[in-house]
Order: sequence, then C-alpha cells, then structure tokens
Amino acid sequence: MRPSTLSVGFMPLVDAAPLIVAQEIGFAAEEGISLDLRRAPSWSSLRDMLSFGQVDAAHMLAPVPVAAAMGLGGAGSALTAVSVLSMNGNVIGVNRALQARLQEIGHDFAFDDARAAGLALLQASDTPLRVGVPFPTSMHAELVFYWLNALGGAAPDRVEIHTVPPPLMTEAIETGEIDAFCVGEPWGSRTVDRGVGALLLPGAAIWAFAPEKVLAVRQDWAETERALLGRLIRAVWRAGKWLAQEGSALLTAELLSRPAYLDVAPELIDRALSGRLAINSAGEERTVSGFLEFSRGAANFPWRSQAEWIGRQLSQRTGLDALPAQERARGVFRSDLFRAALEGTGADLPGASSKLEGALEADTAVASEKGRLILCRDRFFDGRVFEPDDEKRLNLTHGPEG
Amino acid sequence: MRAGESWYFCLTVSERMSIVIVEADRDRALQIVDSLRQAGEYDIHVIGQTAGLARQIKAQQPDIVLIDLANPSRDTLEELALASNPMERPVAMFVDRSDAGLSGAAIEAGVSAYVVDGMQPSRVKPVLDAAIARFRVFQRMRTELAETKRALEERKVIDRAKGMIMKARQVEEEEAYALLRKAAMDQGKRVADVALALVTSAGLLS
Repeated sequence: MRPSTLSVGFMPLVDAAPLIVAQEIGFAAEEGISLDLRRAPSWSSLRDMLSFGQVDAAHMLAPVPVAAAMGLGGAGSALTAVSVLSMNGNVIGVNRALQARLQEIGHDFAFDDARAAGLALLQASDTPLRVGVPFPTSMHAELVFYWLNALGGAAPDRVEIHTVPPPLMTEAIETGEIDAFCVGEPWGSRTVDRGVGALLLPGAAIWAFAPEKVLAVRQDWAETERALLGRLIRAVWRAGKWLAQEGSALLTAELLSRPAYLDVAPELIDRALSGRLAINSAGEERTVSGFLEFSRGAANFPWRSQAEWIGRQLSQRTGLDALPAQERARGVFRSDLFRAALEGTGADLPGASSKLEGALEADTAVASEKGRLILCRDRFFDGRVFEPDDEKRLNLTHGPEG
Repeated sequence: MRAGESWYFCLTVSERMSIVIVEADRDRALQIVDSLRQAGEYDIHVIGQTAGLARQIKAQQPDIVLIDLANPSRDTLEELALASNPMERPVAMFVDRSDAGLSGAAIEAGVSAYVVDGMQPSRVKPVLDAAIARFRVFQRMRTELAETKRALEERKVIDRAKGMIMKARQVEEEEAYALLRKAAMDQGKRVADVALALVTSAGLLS
C-alpha cells in the first residue's frame, strides 16, 4: 500500500525533533504515512501556511492557535492543538555588557533561581531593557512577561519586548538591537558560541513544565480526516517516546543537523537534548534536568488547563476579558482527539483533561485511565497556582478521582 | 460649487489608500511599485531597513502592508496585531477573512499582506491582485535561476565523468556518454546522478 503523504511545516529548532524523527526513524511509516517536511521562514508564515491549507499540520508555538482563536493574529481556518510536541527547552540570555554588569553586582549565574537572576537583571540593566522573543504570542513572551511581572519589572517603560526570528537572535544581540533574549535551542547556544552573549536561565526555572510546541492542524481538517490525524498523532507520540530513551540523543543530533533541517553542528544540538549547556564563552557548563521533555510526565497530553493559562495571560496583556478568553482557549487544546488517537496503543492517559497548573512541587502520581500516572514537577518560580475555570479537572490535592 | 470641490478634495485625499512595501532589494521594490501604480492611485512607501520594522510601520499608519512571505522579519509585524488597546491595532490581519481564495493565492505566490481591519475587500483586491502577479514573476525567476544553475553544474559533472571514463577505458566521448547513460538506465537513476556518484567516489582512488 502506498503511504499517504502529509505535508508538515516546521521551524528550524531542536524541538521540531518529534516530527523529523517520526519521518526519519520510521514511526510515520509504521502508521502507513509519510511526512513531507517543509521548513518555514517564520512563525507567521507557518501559521498562515497551515490555516490556508498549504500544509496539513505544523510544529507550532503553543500560544499561536490559542491567540488565533482569540482574534489575535492570523485569519483563515481555525487551528487546534492535537498534541503537545515538547515541554520547556528555552533559554534566557544576555549580551556581553549585561553579563559583565551582572558579574560586577555579584550574580552567580547559578542557572536555577529565576527570582535571583531576574532581580539582578533588573538591577544591572539600563532602562528600558530590550528583550528579544521569537514571536509576540509565544511561550517565550509569556514566560518573560510572567517572570518580570512577578518581580515588579514588566512596566512598558521598564521592559521592551522585541520580536526577533530565532535564527536571527544571535545577530540581534551582536548588533545591539536587543540586550537580552528568550529563545529556543540551538539559537541560545549559538549566541554563546559566537562569543556575543551568556545564558542566564533555562525557561524551566520560570515554569518547571511549560507547554512549548504543539502539533497544530486545521479544526475542519481534524474533523474530516480523523483516521489520518490519528496516524499522525500516534507517529509523533512514538517519536517522542523514542526521543526520551537514553542513547537517542546522538542520532537525533546528527539527523537534525542536516542542511534541510537545522543546518547547524550536531554538537550544538546535543546540548539541548542532553540538558548540558555551555553558558558562556569560557565554556562553563550547567546541567538542567528536564531541560527539554518530549515524553516524560504525560508531556504530549494537551491539557485544556494549559490552554486556559495561555488564554488568561494573553487576555491580560491585550486588554481582553479573561473569562471568555479562557473559555475560547480551552477549546483549542483537543485532549479528546489525543485520547481517541491513542486508544488501543497501551498509552496511559490522565483521568481528567484539566488540572491545576503549577501545583506540583515534585513529580507526583495521579489518577489515570489505567491506575497511576506520574506527572512532572510543574511549579512556577513564584509559587503561584493557576486554577482553570474547567470544573471537571484532575484533583491534584485530594488524591485520585473516579 | 466650493462645497462640492472641497468634498471632492477630501474624498481623494482621505480615500487614497496608503501602502507600505517591505523589501530590501531596490529593484524588486521598484517593480512592485510599478505594478501597483498600474492597478490604481495609491500612496506607496518602501521600507528597505527591517530593523525596528514594527515602529517604522506604526509611524506610517498604512492601510496595507506587503511583505515577502520568505522574509523572516515578517514576524515582527505580528506585534502590531497585539497592541495593548484593541482600538489601537492598526494592522489587524492577513488579508480579508471573507476571501480565503485570495489569501491562498497570495501565500502560493509568496507574498503576505497585512490589511487594516474593516477595509472593504473590493478596495483591497486590486492591490493584492497586482502584488500577487508581481510576486509570481519573482518566484518564477527564482526557480528559473536555480534550475539554470543546477543544469550548468550537472553539465560540468557529466563532462568530468565522461572525461574519466574516456581516460580509464580508452574510448571516445560519444561512447563514454553511452556507457554513462546505460548505467543510469540500469540503475533507474538520472545520468547526472550517476555522473556525480562517479566523480565523487573517484576522489577516493586518487
């Protein structure tokens, strides 16, 4: 039987790995599909390619389909997230001048304390601090806003957020267009290697388990192509499991480094996969557990509460009403389609589709379809807990529910 | 008729659409401007420098922004869709929601357009039609250039492979090419691919 070919768009980032691996290692073929992977020049182009039907599915920033549903950017068909491709994986970095000033005021670059690093950054930086993020509606932007807001430093005259496409982040730091950045790998490490910046924090230090990229499709396509969608979700889910295995990193780094994919040295890609990052040009290393997760802790499950958190954050900074925004956002993460696709695969899935966000201080066993499922530590650096509006949420504080 | 005159004046000034073209290549920018001029009377500004693009555009307050889909700086324009006050969002979306066909054609041609919310589709369409036609030409030229380069490179490789076969097997050029073509047919490959394999592997022997 000839495999059905699906065109799938991606941006050149390490977290496009589940799609590339699904095709190259053969998880797509196992499902009788073939992925025609197309590299996109920018996130807005990729979003439009998807919503106007130039591709069937896309590697997408988790907030993009939510923002589109709220009328913030994009047009064309409505988009939905059918699985989460990756959790975490971003780094925050500064230029050499800020690095020197942070060292002067005694910051230790410990790479694990978002409060200390944030306060030091606000103290060391000029006004306004110009921070580059890859896209206005991205987890990068949400993390930076959340972080500096909680530290009292996100007023518009204090911090300016600039949009810089990931592959251009190094140049933007080099030319002085921005002072700091939050970006996905390998583009933070590339900035370090070019000797123009240093890394200050991993994104996970702000929110320990943040939904980073999703597998996005058109809502109407998801309805009419259920069988194909199921195959795609399963192929990518299996690729995620493979990526999480020890020993996959070496091959993955080689695959991703090919010119058609990321076109950077495998060594640079390996840092994100292994969680061992060189934070400055002197070669100092920091190891971050859970730096980038493709599978662990039900990472691929599109929790409706994650979408609600994104919806609320977006509504806050765009002046939209929070509750209707959360309501709209919730419908964008299709945990129902994810469940349907994985039925019969032996995957253990959570008992509910919504949960408190930020409530887990440590990895925790919760109620699942088959018994107990381990969810990962997901606390926010300031200890706040987000309560979704959804009533049928997983109860994380009073044991398993029925 | 003074009142009528001033009314006419207002109409032409305020109703003339302003268009910003983001394009670093001067020649291409001029060609786009020419195409648009043929489509109607517009106020057209070209921005060649993409640093601080969002601010430059905000200052111009255009009705339409045209930018190459392949330009990574396009993402900075998305900031405009997120202005803190919904009433201040000057550039709201990717063409009109009512005409997905036009948007699809624009994407195929490689141009993206940002249009002020509420602009009538009938006014946007001629601009986009002109831009799409122009970008299709750009795209065809790009493809042609790439194809020409490839054809030239392939011919060079085939010539080198022929030379190697002539030398190794002491045959004439025509026979060398026939051998190459036969190998390609047997392997179900293109002559250029077989030639490339020969040329690159031969490096191992010398």
